[in-house]
Amino acid sequence: MSGLAAGIRLAMFGRDVLILERHNATGGLNSFYSFDGRKFDVGLHAVTNYVDMGVKGTPLGKLFRQLRIRREDFGLCPQFGSRVAFPGIDLRFTNDFEVLQAEVAQKFPGQIDNFRRLVREIESHDAFQLEGKEISARAVVSSYITDPLLADMLFCPLMYYGSASEMDMDFGQFAIMFNSIYREGFARPLDGVRRIIRVMLARYRALGGKRKMKCGVRRILGSKERARELVLDSGEVITADHVLSSIGSVETERLCKDLPAEPDQAKLGQLSFVETINILNWQPKEWGWEDTIIFFNDHERFIYARPRDLVDPRSGVICFPNNYQYGEGNQLPEGVFRVTCMADYEGWSTLPEESYREAKKYWHERMAQKAMEFMQPVSQETLDASTLYRDMFTPRTIKKYTGHLGGAVYGSPQKVKNGRTRLENVYLCGTDQGFLGIIGAMLSGISMANYHILRKT
Amino acid sequence: MTNEDAHRLVLEIIAEIAPDEDLGDVKPEINLRDQLDLDSMDFLDIVMELRKKYGIEVPEEDYPHLASLQSSAEYLIPKFKSVSA
Repeated sequence: MSGLAAGIRLAMFGRDVLILERHNATGGLNSFYSFDGRKFDVGLHAVTNYVDMGVKGTPLGKLFRQLRIRREDFGLCPQFGSRVAFPGIDLRFTNDFEVLQAEVAQKFPGQIDNFRRLVREIESHDAFQLEGKEISARAVVSSYITDPLLADMLFCPLMYYGSASEMDMDFGQFAIMFNSIYREGFARPLDGVRRIIRVMLARYRALGGKRKMKCGVRRILGSKERARELVLDSGEVITADHVLSSIGSVETERLCKDLPAEPDQAKLGQLSFVETINILNWQPKEWGWEDTIIFFNDHERFIYARPRDLVDPRSGVICFPNNYQYGEGNQLPEGVFRVTCMADYEGWSTLPEESYREAKKYWHERMAQKAMEFMQPVSQETLDASTLYRDMFTPRTIKKYTGHLGGAVYGSPQKVKNGRTRLENVYLCGTDQGFLGIIGAMLSGISMANYHILRKT
Repeated sequence: MTNEDAHRLVLEIIAEIAPDEDLGDVKPEINLRDQLDLDSMDFLDIVMELRKKYGIEVPEEDYPHLASLQSSAEYLIPKFKSVSA
C-alpha cells in the first residue's frame, strides 16, 4: 500500500517508476483474496482516519490531495459504532468523538478532566514529524490518566491496530492512532480493500507507472554508501537511482550482502496475530450483533505481548464488516464474523502440517467462544449450524503476505521515521517507517517519496 | 507577464492540487495559509507543478516567497522572464 502510494507520487511528477511485488496480489497486509466465489480482505477491519466530507486538515484529506484521487472513488461508508469491552465495563465510541468523551465522563467521572488534558497534549503533538526521538506513551498517558483501567482501555484498540512494540508504544505513534481511531473514525468500502487498491492501481497505471508481480528483490548491490542495482528473484538485474523499500527495515538490511545472516533480534517484531473468519447465513444484526468492532479483554490488566501459547485468547478484536452504513439496499451478501487474537509465530511456524490443521480447528472454536463473552452469545452448535464457510489466518499467513520476519504483523518495534537506511539512496516506507493504519501506510509512502526524492531536484 | 497573470497561474495550480478549496475570494496580499487549508505537502506540490508545467525551479530555501499570491508574483515573474528568454 505504501509502495503503491509512493509510486503514484513519483509517476505524477514524471519519474520512471517500477513497483516490484513478490506476492501475486497487491496490498501487503491490506491485500485480498477470493475463495469459492467469496471475497475476503486479508488484514483490513476498518479504514481508520475517517472524517466526513468537508472536514479539513486531516490525514484522509491529505491523502486524497496528494494522490489526486477523488474522495468518492474510495466509497468509504462510516461505521455503526464500536466499543472497548473489559470485565464489567464498556467504552463506546463512534466517528463522533463526543460519544467517547461522554462515555469517559460517565464511567470514569474522576478522570474526565485528565482525559481532556491528555487530548490537549495529543493535539499539541506533531505526530507526523520525521525527526525526533521516541517517548514512552505509557509514561505520558499515566501522567494524565491516573486510573490504570481507563489507560488500558484506551490503549487496547490503539495497540491492536498498530503497535509493533509489546506493552508500550512510542507517544508519537500513540497520538497518530488516538486521532485516527477515536477523534476521526472507522469506515469501509462495501467491496472492502480491493476497491481502494483498484483505484490506486488505476491511478498509478494512468500515470505510466510499471509493475512486476511475483517478482521480489533478492539482493541490493552497490558500494558501502549507495545502492546501484537490484537482483530480482527472476535473476534479472535492474539499476535505479532511488530505492523505496516497504518490506521492513531488517528485511531490507538483509538484502545488502555485507550483513550477517542472523538478523538483529532487537529490531525484529514479536507480535503476530491469528484471525478466524466465519461466513454466516445470517446478518450479524439479526443476532443482536450490532457493533462494528469490539476490542475485548477479560483480564485485570491488558497484556499486549507475544503469548507463550499458540494464541492468547484473553484479549482480541471482533469485527463485523457487515456493520457499516452502506446505504439503503446495500449489504454484504452474507454475515461475516471475524475474531483476532495475539499469536506466537514460532509456535505456529514449527507445527507439522497435521498439527497445524488441528490447532487451527481448536483455536477457531476457542476464540469464537471467548468473543461470545463480550456480545449476545449463541451456542457453538448454533454458530456451527449457521456457518457456511470458515477460514483462519495464522502468523504463517502474515509472513506470506507481508514477508515480515517472524510474521510480525506491524513490523519492527524500532521505527525509522525519516526512512533512512545505511545506504544513502535506499529509503524505508510503510510499516517500519512508522505511520500506522492503512491511511498511515499510504501517507508513509507519500511522505518518503516527497522527502527523499521529489523535494530534491 | 503581469501580476494578475502570475496570481491566476498560481491559483490554477492550487485549484488542481486542492480541488476542495474555495478560491473565489483569495486576497493577494494575505498569506495563502491564513486563507486556505494548505500545508507543507501542498506547497511542495505547488513547487512541483511550477517545475512540471513551466520549467521553473524553486529551491527549498525560496519556499517562503510563495507565502502569498503577491509575494509569489514578485518572485516568479523574473523567473518566467528568464525561462522564456
